[in-house]
Amino acid sequence: MLGSTHPLLRSLDRGATFFLIALAAAAVAVPVLNLAVPQSSLFYVPTYLVALFGKYICYALLALSIDLIWGYCGILSLGQGAFFALGGYAMGMYLMRQIGTRGVYANPILPDFMVFLNWKELPLYWYGFQHFPYAVLMIVLVPGALAFVFGWFAFRSRVSGVYLSIITQALTYALMLGFFRNNFGFGGNNGLTDFKDILGFDVRSEGTRAALFSISCVTLMIGILVCRAIVTSKFGKVLIAIRDAEARTRFLGYRVESYKLFVFTLSACMAGIAGALYVPQVGIINPGEFAPGNSIEAVIWVAVGGRGTLIGAAVGAIIVNYAKTYFTSGMLAPYWLFMLGGLFIGVTLLLPRGIIGSLHHWTALRRDRASAAAEEGVTAPPPEPLPAE
Amino acid sequence: MKIQDRLAQAESQAMESFERTLLYIEGVTVSFDGFRALNNLSFAIEPGEMRAIIGPNGAGKTTMMDVVTGKTRPDKGAVIFDKQHDLARLDETEIALLGIGRKFQKPTVFDSHTVHDNIELALKTDRRARTSLWWRETADEHRRIDEILETIRLTAVQDRLAASLSHGQKQWLEIGMLLAQDPKLLLVDEPVAGMTDVETHQTAELLKEINREHTVVVVEHDMTFVRELGVKVTCLHEGSVLAEGSIDQVSENERVVEVYLGR
Repeated sequence: MLGSTHPLLRSLDRGATFFLIALAAAAVAVPVLNLAVPQSSLFYVPTYLVALFGKYICYALLALSIDLIWGYCGILSLGQGAFFALGGYAMGMYLMRQIGTRGVYANPILPDFMVFLNWKELPLYWYGFQHFPYAVLMIVLVPGALAFVFGWFAFRSRVSGVYLSIITQALTYALMLGFFRNNFGFGGNNGLTDFKDILGFDVRSEGTRAALFSISCVTLMIGILVCRAIVTSKFGKVLIAIRDAEARTRFLGYRVESYKLFVFTLSACMAGIAGALYVPQVGIINPGEFAPGNSIEAVIWVAVGGRGTLIGAAVGAIIVNYAKTYFTSGMLAPYWLFMLGGLFIGVTLLLPRGIIGSLHHWTALRRDRASAAAEEGVTAPPPEPLPAE
Repeated sequence: MKIQDRLAQAESQAMESFERTLLYIEGVTVSFDGFRALNNLSFAIEPGEMRAIIGPNGAGKTTMMDVVTGKTRPDKGAVIFDKQHDLARLDETEIALLGIGRKFQKPTVFDSHTVHDNIELALKTDRRARTSLWWRETADEHRRIDEILETIRLTAVQDRLAASLSHGQKQWLEIGMLLAQDPKLLLVDEPVAGMTDVETHQTAELLKEINREHTVVVVEHDMTFVRELGVKVTCLHEGSVLAEGSIDQVSENERVVEVYLGR
């Protein structure tokens, strides 16, 4: 296609390829270095690091889902954490049903918290979660269905911009309040925890952790490939058109709300999958995951990495979370939120394209300059526009 | 002649003139917070014609375009397109798909797409989300895009981002997008605003060329430009038609002079 000759897309290709290779290498090497290499070796990767980076990869997938809608379609969701948490809860429910008689109350059907609350029967919506395929279906279906219904109303009523951001924030806040309640049937403020095994493997064993890490990497790779396929298709061009000039897109005869609804629902499904991979690796899911702050933090990862680049979102999530782990474990811990805020302001002012976005910009500029010099400067290099707010 | 016959004759005459219209605006009223932007506005556009709409600021020119393209719903009245569609009941997308294209006052192109992709997005193809995921440019469409780029003289810059174009080039790109859309009716809002004299002249030529195959309605302030187009002129004032006819007739009309020059 002619469109792909554009320098931005070319450099994106190379960056994406590099990142995907790195992910594939990590998916293979990390388990090997963790399981097969003796602990005394210099190359040994400790188990806590495997779990830690597994968590970051899940965050990267969440960030990717935000970038797909924010970076390419201008939908700033400040409630993406809701879909992440719902996917996480669906996985948590499966893991709870796997505990069986090994729980404190040894009830073969009811999870501990229900016995504690004196419930006699399993609520209807917990049925089926003992089957892994059903749980997987729900991991995708529940966030997707919520996003579909929410988006159907929001986009048909032409809610956009700040207003949409605020109601997505309200959505995740409302869900948080709901999940905090004991009678909701999801373990109240303790959430779901004390998991034993997943598909028959002990969730806390090194082998399972390494496997979960690899699966997360592969899932992120698939996520990136799917998103790239979407944003480089004509569908993706329409998304960018909507981001830059929504009214114009409508007057061209595109049904804008269908495009938004599709991409919003897809992004919610991705966030759900990220949450489902996250829960077995951290061993707990509680209503705190719905906290509005989490969703906002995830948006910051994308801004830092560079929105509208896909890879940037993943890189941003990993870098910011690594910094968070690093700084919150020392004496700087009380100041982390200030640092995060400062980082956001700094990136907005100094690197508005984010890390990866700026790298693309610089390489594109350099290439243009080189080609202009080669052709003795026929035309000036086109400036790269910033993705619209 | 009997009364019935006269009525029948009048009716058939009315039907005949209705048969010849592509766009029929009848008694349209639009109010914003008590301000009547359009006041019982009625006029008709015939298929194949080019019409210039003039009028002082606040005469309702842009509101009229908003009503026709579905951006604004009229409080009263009907907008009949192609004898069968009441545009007052449809939304922007449906109206665009019926074959009405619109060029905005400020050039509105997709800045982060290349010139080529801007045309590609406007090209008359299946607009549904589902099909656009798997869409590939056919040889025929490729040729069509090349033709349009040639017409609007942007072939050399087709791989540049639209953001990097000059103001005049953006106006032309937008006109090219309308050509790609291949609408039955083209609404053009102030196409020469901010253009140089040469560009204005070229734009007039381009619009005449477009008019060979499309019906065009041009809203414009620039009287030299309107004169150059040499088409029937409708002058709006306070939301209704003040005068209609050739540019000379209209500019000699006392009321028009009064409105434009002040009392």
